[in-house]
Amino acid sequence: MQAHPLAETVARLVWFLPLLPLIGFLINGALSLKSAYVAGPADPDGHDGEHANHGEHQDVGGHGGTGHDAHGHDDHAPAVRHKFAAITSIVGPGVMVLSFGLALAIFFAMRGAEMHNPYINTLFSWMPAGSLQLNAALQLDALSMVMVLVITGVGMLIHIFSVGYMQDDPGYPRYFAYLNLFVFFMLLLVLGANYVVTFVGWEGVGLCSYLLIGFWFSEKANADAGKKAFIVNRIGDFGFMVAMFMIFAHVGSLDYVTIAERAGSFAPGGLVVTAICLFLFLGCAGKSAQIPLYTWLPDAMAGPTPVSALIHAATMVTAGVFLVARSSMLFSIAPVASLTVALTGAVTAIFAATIGLKQWDIKKVLAYSTVSQLGYMFVGVGVGAYTAGVFHLITHAFFKALLFLGSGSVIYVMHRAYHATHNHGDDAQDMRNMGGMKQFMPITWTLMWIATLAIAGVPPFSGFFSKDEILAAVFSRAHGSPLADATLLGMPGSTVLYLIWVLALAAALLTAIYMTRMMLYTFHGPNRTGDAAKPHLAEAPWVMTGPLVVLGVLSLAGGWLNLPKVITDLIPVGPTATLEHWLEPVVGAATSRVAGGAAHLSATTEELLIGTAVAIAIAGIAIAWTRLKPAALTTKNAAVPATGIQRVLENKWYVDEAYDATVVKPIYGASKGVLWAGVDVGIIDTMLVNGTAALARFFGWVGSQLQTGRVGTYAWLLVIGAVLVLRAFARAS
Amino acid sequence: MLAESLALSAALFTIGVVGVLTRRNAIIVFMCVELMLNAVNLSFVALSKVYGATGQVFVIFVMTVAAAEAAVGLAIIISIFRHKKSVNLQDINLLRG
Repeated sequence: MQAHPLAETVARLVWFLPLLPLIGFLINGALSLKSAYVAGPADPDGHDGEHANHGEHQDVGGHGGTGHDAHGHDDHAPAVRHKFAAITSIVGPGVMVLSFGLALAIFFAMRGAEMHNPYINTLFSWMPAGSLQLNAALQLDALSMVMVLVITGVGMLIHIFSVGYMQDDPGYPRYFAYLNLFVFFMLLLVLGANYVVTFVGWEGVGLCSYLLIGFWFSEKANADAGKKAFIVNRIGDFGFMVAMFMIFAHVGSLDYVTIAERAGSFAPGGLVVTAICLFLFLGCAGKSAQIPLYTWLPDAMAGPTPVSALIHAATMVTAGVFLVARSSMLFSIAPVASLTVALTGAVTAIFAATIGLKQWDIKKVLAYSTVSQLGYMFVGVGVGAYTAGVFHLITHAFFKALLFLGSGSVIYVMHRAYHATHNHGDDAQDMRNMGGMKQFMPITWTLMWIATLAIAGVPPFSGFFSKDEILAAVFSRAHGSPLADATLLGMPGSTVLYLIWVLALAAALLTAIYMTRMMLYTFHGPNRTGDAAKPHLAEAPWVMTGPLVVLGVLSLAGGWLNLPKVITDLIPVGPTATLEHWLEPVVGAATSRVAGGAAHLSATTEELLIGTAVAIAIAGIAIAWTRLKPAALTTKNAAVPATGIQRVLENKWYVDEAYDATVVKPIYGASKGVLWAGVDVGIIDTMLVNGTAALARFFGWVGSQLQTGRVGTYAWLLVIGAVLVLRAFARAS
Repeated sequence: MLAESLALSAALFTIGVVGVLTRRNAIIVFMCVELMLNAVNLSFVALSKVYGATGQVFVIFVMTVAAAEAAVGLAIIISIFRHKKSVNLQDINLLRG
């Protein structure tokens, strides 16, 4: 075997990519062990460092006012900072900058090299157990490279943003330790050369997600949200593990390269490969918040906002999409599983979008929007348009990170104003308390509009291209592809695909509406913060706004990564389908297998599709713009309860309540009634633990009865025993 | 001759066993134990006619042990008598469970 073209380049340092954040984690983690922080001179009794002294006080479920009381008396105390905040500010984002620089270097090395096979960097033999030979190996190919660039790039920006956002938090080094650890695991996830390394990363990001959601754990709601995320993800992980076992049982290896070589041994559309893919998708549905496991993501907004941007929008939640793309060699021969993925994605997209319509918490709107957009990505990878799915993943990482960080800026500013005016009763995250922020934060306003237009799918913003590509793929697969010939739930595949297309379009309409609604209520109309707070509203510091600008440029221009041919034919603005060519070695074979005999769409059809999508996006914005009246809005405290369907939407279709009644309560009841009272107390405690003691006591009692203390009895027993022994000897001889 | 000797030995042993089991006076029980030992000695000597002199060697050992046992046993009985003013086995039940 000849040496890989990348072996002699900077790519051999690929293991430095995850190592750098790990070093950052170790340093910051060590610093965070020292919980002491510098208390300001005007703060003599040194208020407890348990709670964030700035930032938002998260109110899960919108119960305003809780947890604000603790700060009633130290409003103008100087910011409480951790003693080692300065070191953390350098180390935390610093390792990300280095990691991103290395990622860029490797990227350029890859562009220069002629590579047809993935570059596998084996670190050490990990689990050599019989026929299972697992290496701790990293795989560098087009797909993992793209993911690494997104993770380190967007991650770096969010780390920088966090320096401003979290600066005054007593847990500052702890925050960066978790964030660095997250990046380490995320890079492990995308770089893993086999399912097991990926799974380690997969679990690791879940752990960091849990730690960061519950970052302000002194409030029970936050800790509960963390637990919910962790537990719901366990269901998905069960699917992932079963899929791994099945793959090993049928393929005999867990390396991606080997599986890709041997995937041909599966019967196309066979039961085994379909089951494997469905179990894998269960894992993806958990991690990427798809129906029915999406409920944890909106609650995850309890974490600090940059965390929501990094973990719960840009990177971790897209791991499921990545995994489907990574497993494209399996999904492409399982049309039924692929259709399930796409349909689940489409239903999730529209379902979450309807909930997003009536949320008042600015982060909740974005959370449901994320769930909805993830659904879009699954539609893409589900119909075998792996490039389109990954493309949407990238553009979504840009504009959703921008939206979250922008909302973080707004919340930061709102909170700062409330803090300065001793207002502790109002909710800094509720849009009804905002309004008219445009005049105070013009830069954020502009950037947020860019992101909104991008997510709504208005050309030439990035979201338009990626969303359009997914829609076009769905439409083109509806005829002549293996997907169209398969049957799902008794429906022919082509019907399902058309249904998915309609659902996706409807979701696009709703997306445009709720995003415009969010912008209108937050930035337009009159200001509802109150006269006292108004003078304190101003743009957030540059360390926060700077990353927003970069993300704004990316959201604006991200579409140039993969311009469709029909556009470049019309207007020659740039290179065609760059990303598609780039990903060709990884997913190309799988894509063409799914596409099968499906004819390419004619230019006219494609133009028509694009026209429809754009019209729908603009219609959505127009509907929201004309129908919603921010001027008529009252503050949260004065709001009247909604009625009818609005109330159902505001309460998220009562899904949480339904899960509570059908899953949580019965499990809880069974645990309490059967497992605790029956199994634990009844069987284990009474029967086994106390039972053995009672048995021993009984035999002891029997033995003690033999001790009469009379020599005569002993003599008798001795004689009887001697006779028995003699008899036994006599018999034996 | 062998048969008679063994029969005598068995008779003596049985008398000893019955004595140990039925009598209550510790001294008599003790004497019955001696009787059993000597019954065994008798059968050893008798059987040595068939199996060689090994049995007679054992008799010497048994007599030595019996002497030691007699010394210790009588000492215990005297000690019990001093303590209880009785050598009745019914009264000696300190180890009753």
